[in-house]
Amino acid sequence: MTSSARAVVAAALDLSEGAVRELHAGELALVASLESLPALADRVMSGLGGRLMSLFASEEPECFWLHHVYSLPEWRTFLQVVAPVSRATPAFPSIAAKHPVANWFEREVLDFFGLAPEGHPNPERVALHDDWPDGVWALRKDVPFDRAVPRVPGEFHPFRPVTGEGVFQVPVGPVHAGIIEPGHFRFGVAGEPVLYLQLRLFYVHKGTEKRFERVPWRHAIFLAESISGDTAVAHALAFAHAVERLADVTVPDRARALRVVLLELERIYNHVADIGAIATDVAFTIPASRAQALREGLVRLQDAVFGTRLLRNTIAVGGVTRDLPPQGHDRLRTHLRGFEKEFDALVRLLIDSGTFTDRVDATGVLTHQAARDLGIVGVAARASGVDADLRRDHPHDAYERLTFEVPVEDGGDVRARLMVRAREIVQSLSILRQVLDRLPESPIAAPVPAVLPPLASALGWAEAWRGPCTHWVATDERGEITRVKITDPSFLNWPGLAHAVPGNIVPDFPVINKSFNLSYSGNDR
Amino acid sequence: MFRIIAKSLATGSLTEADPFGSRASFGFPVMDFTRCTACDACARACPTGAIQAASSTPGRKTLTLSYASCIQCRACVTICPEEAIRASSDVEVAAYSRGQLARTGSFDVDPVTGRETFVQEDVAPGPSLAESAAALRARIRGRFGRSLHVRQVDAGSCNGCELEIAATTNPLYDLERFGIHLVASPRHADLLLVTGPVTRNMEIALKRTYEAAPEPRVVVAVGACGCSGGIFGEGTTAAVGGVDRVLPVDVYIPGCPPRPQAILNGLLVAMGIREARVRDGQS
Repeated sequence: MTSSARAVVAAALDLSEGAVRELHAGELALVASLESLPALADRVMSGLGGRLMSLFASEEPECFWLHHVYSLPEWRTFLQVVAPVSRATPAFPSIAAKHPVANWFEREVLDFFGLAPEGHPNPERVALHDDWPDGVWALRKDVPFDRAVPRVPGEFHPFRPVTGEGVFQVPVGPVHAGIIEPGHFRFGVAGEPVLYLQLRLFYVHKGTEKRFERVPWRHAIFLAESISGDTAVAHALAFAHAVERLADVTVPDRARALRVVLLELERIYNHVADIGAIATDVAFTIPASRAQALREGLVRLQDAVFGTRLLRNTIAVGGVTRDLPPQGHDRLRTHLRGFEKEFDALVRLLIDSGTFTDRVDATGVLTHQAARDLGIVGVAARASGVDADLRRDHPHDAYERLTFEVPVEDGGDVRARLMVRAREIVQSLSILRQVLDRLPESPIAAPVPAVLPPLASALGWAEAWRGPCTHWVATDERGEITRVKITDPSFLNWPGLAHAVPGNIVPDFPVINKSFNLSYSGNDR
Repeated sequence: MFRIIAKSLATGSLTEADPFGSRASFGFPVMDFTRCTACDACARACPTGAIQAASSTPGRKTLTLSYASCIQCRACVTICPEEAIRASSDVEVAAYSRGQLARTGSFDVDPVTGRETFVQEDVAPGPSLAESAAALRARIRGRFGRSLHVRQVDAGSCNGCELEIAATTNPLYDLERFGIHLVASPRHADLLLVTGPVTRNMEIALKRTYEAAPEPRVVVAVGACGCSGGIFGEGTTAAVGGVDRVLPVDVYIPGCPPRPQAILNGLLVAMGIREARVRDGQS
């Protein structure tokens, strides 16, 4: 299968088959020249149906490298196109004008590596705040991590001005009214309707990628769990997958099955909470309380079965840390049976209520075209008719052998995002039943080498409840981690929110925002 | 409408009479220094430096375990060859200073064999829990009565702590019955419930939020990152570290993340209603 994928990719890009290497199963790589990147991007995205999943830089003593990472769902493979960037001319050709999905990625490369995206329509800072000095590129190797960088007196972030009678700006955040993460929203409004929304994020930037380079690799899984606390399993999985592929570790069958259990539990508890939160934001309190109670029931179940409420410290490189004993198995089944009935009643309570559907129908529409152009992923993409899910397109862990549907809705509105979640929960319950019916007997973890292979790299990925999490991990000549690029689905989806809000009224913003429920910490890292 | 009312009646009240006292399968690690041989395996296994070995003078060695940065990963419990570290099931842990969350054992090192022998558990400098409790009560005396208005500030968290803080408002924990309200503005707040690590980009916003709150503006640091910088560390290019690097902190609630009952406990400690304890049976 993969050799044919290699041939197809090479042919589509007018290259010899030898130019495309298979680094690991389902991961092709191609070294290109910088100048050829835009043309290759066009061909991969239009000819091969590729989706840009990540774009980043890395550094070696002689030069920098620019990486374009595509998913080729039709060929069940990722394709990474890499090109060297010389230290003498720290710049690369931008593809953002034609492919808006690259917009923030390329600006982040500028912010953290000082490589300029030439031809970018808006080559401004995206991650760095105004008081960060020019010329300090935090992810370069010569910038120390263990020391604060002095603030420079800077101008307040220039937002796009609004003019006209009755037209004004509404600033919101970074400290919000609810228990949510910090970020700044700047609305341009004409009375109630929103004309545009500008985002200022990276308030919770913790230097996580650089931190990965400084911790012993065996401790790094704990850092992966803290990229976004509500996505602990998926980020730990993406990281573990990368390291396992890099070190040729084969995860035992039982561990692969238990990883599916953990990932689906994470999906269910978060989706239920989000459905409740959408009800909260339209002041429909009874289903909101029910959803909160269901969610608490699930996290207590997780605590009882795996000894952790939020499924932390369950994934290990090589497998999982906890087995599922027979009594835990029964407890899971019994609880999920009860949950299924309650959840069904909850969804019917919501969608049978006219006062509720009035608020969510045609609210916060993200069109199919916008979702495609912006490279939106996960729940938000599937609610706008984009049919993509790594569990099916690039199966990881035990998903290859499981039967499930990928729910897709066409509305692109709050209701569609709610319904995708509701339908995914039904699928997750079915997946859990299938796994629990045939839980293989095997060890729960494979041995892992004490030292990772030197000068190696690999991609790891997992379809989290929000969407795809991808990690690219590379080692240095001592086998220690030299670079981790984390891509959280939120980083791809924030621009989608900015497109879905204009045209709606300010009081609908909370419910639109909640229907995306993006992670600030995952975005900012 | 009928179905909604019927559903409410059928569900009844879910709120638990006593949110405290339930035991977790893993609270925090507890070190039995008398069994410890100071081999440092735990210190090397600890991903956040919650266990630190130090040797300040020749022939002497110390081992410190601090809950402030413990992320409850259990690595130390698993690795200890002497089974000197056990898992407590207690999660209702809070303190009034970082120091109170730490325990230090002193060891003599034999100059010939290099063998370590436990000498004593060092008395931590600074006020005791009881002294700190009295000082906090004096500071808030007569201010809060039986009601507390809380403004939550995420100053850099991974959002794990936010999930558990939000859970305290769900129908099972229902923190409002304790007179605790989460409010939308620091202007209305008696207390700031801050998660961390405080990032460079949130430091100024956090200070401004604190300045906007009226006196006595109690500050509670939540989570390993809020208490110490946690897995993200302190003084890096991106993170300042624990909340106490930026604001005076009155109460520390460690854990990664602390459970809802631990957060409730910490808030009641900040109100002077409950006594802070770091270990079982200690006040």
